[in-house]
Amino acid sequence: MSPVSKSAAAIAAARAEGRPALICYLPAGFPDVQGTIDAAVAMAENGADIIEVGIPYSDPVMDGSVIQAATVQSLAQGFKVAQVFDIVRGITERCNATVMIMTYWNPVLRMGVDEFSRCLAEAGGAGLITPDLVPDEAAEWMEASDKYGLDRVFLVAPSSTEARMKATVEASRGFVYCVSVMGVTGARAEVSDAAAAVVAAAHAAGAENACVGLGVSQRKHVTEIGAYSDGVIVGTALVAALRDGGVDAVAKLTAELSGRTVNA
Amino acid sequence: MNPMTGDPDLGESQSESSPSHSLRHAAGPYFGAYGGRWMPESLIAAMDELSETFEAAKADPEFIAQVKDLNKNYTGRPSMLTEAKRFSEAAGGVRVFLKREDLNHTGSHKINNVLGQALLAKRMGKTRIIAETGAGQHGVASATAAALMGLECVVYMGAEDTRRQALNVARMQLLGATVVPVTAGSQTLKDAINEALRDWVANVHNTHYLLGTVAGGHPFPAMVRYFHEVIGEEAREQIIAQAGRLPDAVAACIGGGSNAIGLFHGFLDDPSVELFGFEAGGDGVDTGRHAAAITLGRPGVLHGAKSYLMQDDDGQTVDSHSISAGLDYPSVGPEHAYLADIGRVHYEPITDTEAMDAFSLLCRTEGIIPAIESAHALAGVLKIAARKIAAGAKPEETVIIANLSGRGDKDVGTAAEWFNLIDTEAKDAK
Repeated sequence: MSPVSKSAAAIAAARAEGRPALICYLPAGFPDVQGTIDAAVAMAENGADIIEVGIPYSDPVMDGSVIQAATVQSLAQGFKVAQVFDIVRGITERCNATVMIMTYWNPVLRMGVDEFSRCLAEAGGAGLITPDLVPDEAAEWMEASDKYGLDRVFLVAPSSTEARMKATVEASRGFVYCVSVMGVTGARAEVSDAAAAVVAAAHAAGAENACVGLGVSQRKHVTEIGAYSDGVIVGTALVAALRDGGVDAVAKLTAELSGRTVNA
Repeated sequence: MNPMTGDPDLGESQSESSPSHSLRHAAGPYFGAYGGRWMPESLIAAMDELSETFEAAKADPEFIAQVKDLNKNYTGRPSMLTEAKRFSEAAGGVRVFLKREDLNHTGSHKINNVLGQALLAKRMGKTRIIAETGAGQHGVASATAAALMGLECVVYMGAEDTRRQALNVARMQLLGATVVPVTAGSQTLKDAINEALRDWVANVHNTHYLLGTVAGGHPFPAMVRYFHEVIGEEAREQIIAQAGRLPDAVAACIGGGSNAIGLFHGFLDDPSVELFGFEAGGDGVDTGRHAAAITLGRPGVLHGAKSYLMQDDDGQTVDSHSISAGLDYPSVGPEHAYLADIGRVHYEPITDTEAMDAFSLLCRTEGIIPAIESAHALAGVLKIAARKIAAGAKPEETVIIANLSGRGDKDVGTAAEWFNLIDTEAKDAK
């Protein structure tokens, strides 16, 4: 029997309210460790169903300039990977949001996949989103995530073949991350038409929850994409808000994205 | 067998190791525990397309003929094997032979790989190639292949390197390429690769990423090696013709490791031939300022492959340092990681000082200015020779091949500064 998925439960709760789940990203240690926790809590209090905490990494090939600048700053300030567990714990102690970690794979490999998973589960985290790990290379992670009851969110893209879509959906637990566009993270004026096709393919491959990320930055994107997907993922726009206006700006943007009034 | 080069029947050595144990044609994706595809799903379809195109091309006589023709009539292959007699005297009297990849068109071994990959890009219907470059050798070679085959070319280069290698930037621009200075991260070769990967994700429909070394996800390590196998196959035939026997040792420098794997390929199944890879030791491996990924790295994943990697305890990539921009890479091709683990190839660091001493020695004894990358292999030859002589080998009966992977024109500025040939007062006065 597969473990109960925290992220699937969060998405189901949103669905029961007749809306897509809102998944909000921010980098660990930006603007600093406490600032990450405060911003994440503000997100949760203003409509975020799932918080995605990114581990700053020296070679983030899937990230655009805004997120790169934030993670470079975090690393320059001395951020250590183990602090991400303090952040996850800090958030889950203060609110009910489901917290996931987004990480490139080498930091996990370095710590040891089993040890990393154990620490994440202990901190109250729900699982991992892995932008540069495909199921083909994930044997160790499949085992550890089963052992500790963690969700494993792999990415699917407009370029994914039917066979790969099926294999990736089968390997995922919680939701699959549908990349809306062939490109890297960054706010875009319009979300690509490709997103609907990727979500449809993921659903056809058996995905219960298909969430869309990359380029999503505005309330109108949330409603557009929410019409056909199970959740929307916002990153760059929130990081820019945190950079320019601190926690208040994050609270305001999250409320706007979720269609609520600000809860400060 | 590599039909591109005719891969001569290997005679005596082949009978010593059964074909099933041959190390010469490892197909990937895995080399022991290394290799694979640790990369975003968005790129997997393109990697699959590339693998299929490459496998089909290898089996297509027309493709083989195209590559052979370009190698002979454009690059100028076979490259010579030169006995370096005066350098040999300085190496204690052993016989040192240089594989002259420096005499190829564009001045290094890099051309072998770019021509092959540019042909594959055309077969896939791609109209644009992108490449990374450190000192500019691979960028120049890529721009050359693009000009020859009518492809658009964009080269990513660390901003710091574009300043240091302004002449190579101009060369690429003369050849019609666009050079993009990379200001992200540490502004070095690894960041140029990151930026090229970001471009590739966004433009994969019309773009081929022409990776310049035997790193990256499958099929790059096996494919880039395939196009460089000609180096080792020629060298093996040439040494038998010129010295009457196989060499005792073969040496090459290692950054990502493409020139080395090409040369080693010819001798991997000859157990009597010792193979040596020389990494960039920078200021010395105990200083932390080096690029000796195998000597001091730990297994990890970077740019799509699992291999030895210079990383901290958090798995963050550590910046590498070397006087040679071409060796200044914090990881190494996965096949080298495997060959190191099984002990078939010995990997050792060479410091900047050792490399520059060997650089100077070759200039003055042979009238050849080597690339600083290649000077690491030459410094290694001096060490191998000394050890063999100390162990009782007769120098005149000891044969060593070194890969002269590139010429040193691009390094004249660096060397002039190293040897204080520049009038600093005049420079300061400006």
